[in-house]
Amino acid sequence: MLRLHYNLEKLSMGLVVGIIVAASIGGIVEIAPLFTIDETVEIPDDMRPQTPLELAGREIYIREGCYACHSQMVRSLADELDRYGPYSLAAESAYDHPMLWGSKRTGPDLARLGEKYSDDWHSQHLIDPRSVVPASIMPAYPWLIRPLDTEILSDQLATLAKLGVPYDAEMIAAAVGDAIGQSQPDSDAGDAVRERYGADVAVRAFDGDPARLTEMDAVVAYLQSLGTLTNAPYELFAEGAQ
Amino acid sequence: MTPAGTLSRNERQIAFGLSVALSVLGFGMAAFAGKGVMAVHGAMALILGLFLVFRVGGRLYEGAPGIERHDRYFDGPTRFGVMMTLVWAIFAMGIGVWVSALLYWPEGTPALPWTSFGRLRPVHTTGIIFGFGGNALIATSFYVLQRTARTRLADAISPWFVLIGFNLFCLWAVSGYLMGSTQSKEYAEAEWYADLWLVVVWVVYFTVYIRTLARRHEPHIYVANWYYMAFILVVAMLHIVNNLAIPVRWNGADSFTIWAGVQDAMIQWWYGHNAVAFFLTSGFLGMLYYYLPVRSGRPIWSYRLSILSFWGIVFFYIWVGSHHLHYTALPYWVQTLGMTFSVMLLVPSWASAGNAIATLNGAWHKVRDDATLRFMFVAAVFYGLSTFEGSFLAIRPVNSLSHYTDWTVGHVHSGTLGWVAMIIFGAIYTMVPQLSGRETMAWPRAIEWHFWLAVGGTLVYVVSMWNAGITQGLMWRAYDLNGALSYSFVESVQAMAPYYLIRTIGGGMFLTGAIVCALNCYATFRSAPYMAEPRDVPLRPTPAE
Repeated sequence: MLRLHYNLEKLSMGLVVGIIVAASIGGIVEIAPLFTIDETVEIPDDMRPQTPLELAGREIYIREGCYACHSQMVRSLADELDRYGPYSLAAESAYDHPMLWGSKRTGPDLARLGEKYSDDWHSQHLIDPRSVVPASIMPAYPWLIRPLDTEILSDQLATLAKLGVPYDAEMIAAAVGDAIGQSQPDSDAGDAVRERYGADVAVRAFDGDPARLTEMDAVVAYLQSLGTLTNAPYELFAEGAQ
Repeated sequence: MTPAGTLSRNERQIAFGLSVALSVLGFGMAAFAGKGVMAVHGAMALILGLFLVFRVGGRLYEGAPGIERHDRYFDGPTRFGVMMTLVWAIFAMGIGVWVSALLYWPEGTPALPWTSFGRLRPVHTTGIIFGFGGNALIATSFYVLQRTARTRLADAISPWFVLIGFNLFCLWAVSGYLMGSTQSKEYAEAEWYADLWLVVVWVVYFTVYIRTLARRHEPHIYVANWYYMAFILVVAMLHIVNNLAIPVRWNGADSFTIWAGVQDAMIQWWYGHNAVAFFLTSGFLGMLYYYLPVRSGRPIWSYRLSILSFWGIVFFYIWVGSHHLHYTALPYWVQTLGMTFSVMLLVPSWASAGNAIATLNGAWHKVRDDATLRFMFVAAVFYGLSTFEGSFLAIRPVNSLSHYTDWTVGHVHSGTLGWVAMIIFGAIYTMVPQLSGRETMAWPRAIEWHFWLAVGGTLVYVVSMWNAGITQGLMWRAYDLNGALSYSFVESVQAMAPYYLIRTIGGGMFLTGAIVCALNCYATFRSAPYMAEPRDVPLRPTPAE
């Protein structure tokens, strides 16, 4: 062996090939089988993609680096089930490009956040976290009250559709209208969002004012959608509890 | 001597052409994008390109250096790389101290988007890993490659291209985050065109490395170069696969990664942990295997052990990323494989650390007297400690406590402060006097001050984060007698306050040391004799008989 290595050390390209081979094996063994996951992990029937407004909120969540302090992955550990709710399923993030499982909980996990607090609470908390949670160390985001830029939304949906997220041509074309509609309850545009994305989609004036569409609308809509895209984890959890 | 003065006329013309090309590229990007982050980045490339056009253009027809330059090592790029290493160190460590202070004092920042924690934090990580670590790796790799191959770099333009191009990538990345442009992939947040640019830089880097190696005057390739090669090759592989993305529009920074959900999680941590392995370990072991024997005047203790640990690290590391995903929705068998290989990884890791420490046998009096060598000794010790801790944290039940807590932050910093930064400082203090044609640094006693600030800062930082992490983990899982959770989440946040404050002090000490180092290097370069050149020279080609 040492003799072989003695000769290998004289061959720069030999070392190059050796390194590439040695460093590829682990990745191939662990990653390649995950692409058969489409056959092994079922996407629940009631699973919906995010609405354009929620997607815009997700992009803001990424832009502000929220993922650095908040995970979105409830592990299958007793205290996490008690604190947050049912453990996360692979299917729940199947449409997430990229996934936002996170790696640090400076703040709590958000995978089951949806509909836990009111829209008002979220707006207030984002503008001034310490006004609702005095001991919080979260940064304040007062600039979220600026108008939401919807110009790129249709293209974003179209790109995600190319990657396999089930957005159809109608959803892509109506993206901007749907974003506005979701923040206007009791309007035709609001009903159209429900028609396209499902009756459970929240259609509300998330920032408290239906007349304007702000980044706050998008972020709150996104936060309220977390853990609500499918009922599967809750059903599985209830089965397990019996 | 100015950098351009070391280039022949022909090389200056090529450099001039490349500078014009960069300006055109920058202008094209800015014009094509029109607005937004990509336009700003185009303008930055344009300004850099124009600066280089004037810098090189002004000296286009000056006298060319003589042919005798081929009898010298080509160290201009290394000097520039060392300076950039220190600039990034102060910038990114400064940001690190700032963001850590924000966790204790959340109002300690203006209410502006670009100064908020979430945008500054990736500036710290990218600035340290790529700016500080990357520049140090590239600068030392050119230095070590030439000395161990006993030959001059294969050409004069590509090392400059690599360093300037790499720093442009770093600048695009961190300025993008401040403007709100990020892919959100940890340690790979830069947007798609910056990622493509890095691929170009990396191909040039590999090419100049392998071409220089081909010209070596030593039959054997020294072990430090294997590690640098593993760093170059595997980082390229990881970078390309992890960053595959589709831009939403070709004229904008926004893109979506092609990976989703559980596959994305696996690929991201396959990248993430191997950024630790091949960016923050492999190349730095190359540094250790060169500068430690040189400084201590002792040969590597065991050559066989270096072979074993090299292939062990290259083969085992790639499997371990999934230990970041214990108890998640990732299939159980992948988690188990990640854990198993993480534990096995301790063998080659400790073989390297032990090999380094045993090399110092017979030179312990030098470790006592020479702060530079002590930096490298402490680096080897922290390398051993952090790899032990890493294998330990990868064990599933341990991970159930430590994951998501500040223990991970403590672990990372025991590796980056204790190991990576210490070996960089050891290498810098060995190399900078040499590059300046001097015997010693300008202020030898300041090295001693820097050493104790660095060791003290690291210990304060790491110990406070261990305490913070374990406290957090235990509070989250504590139940009272009625079977209810004992603590609300916010109570665990409140319990962190003293540790966050102490951590900031530790970080501040480390930053102070880095500033001392930068000033010392500046003074040393300034006091170098005119036209200083390193005293060591390549083997001269001998005419055929």
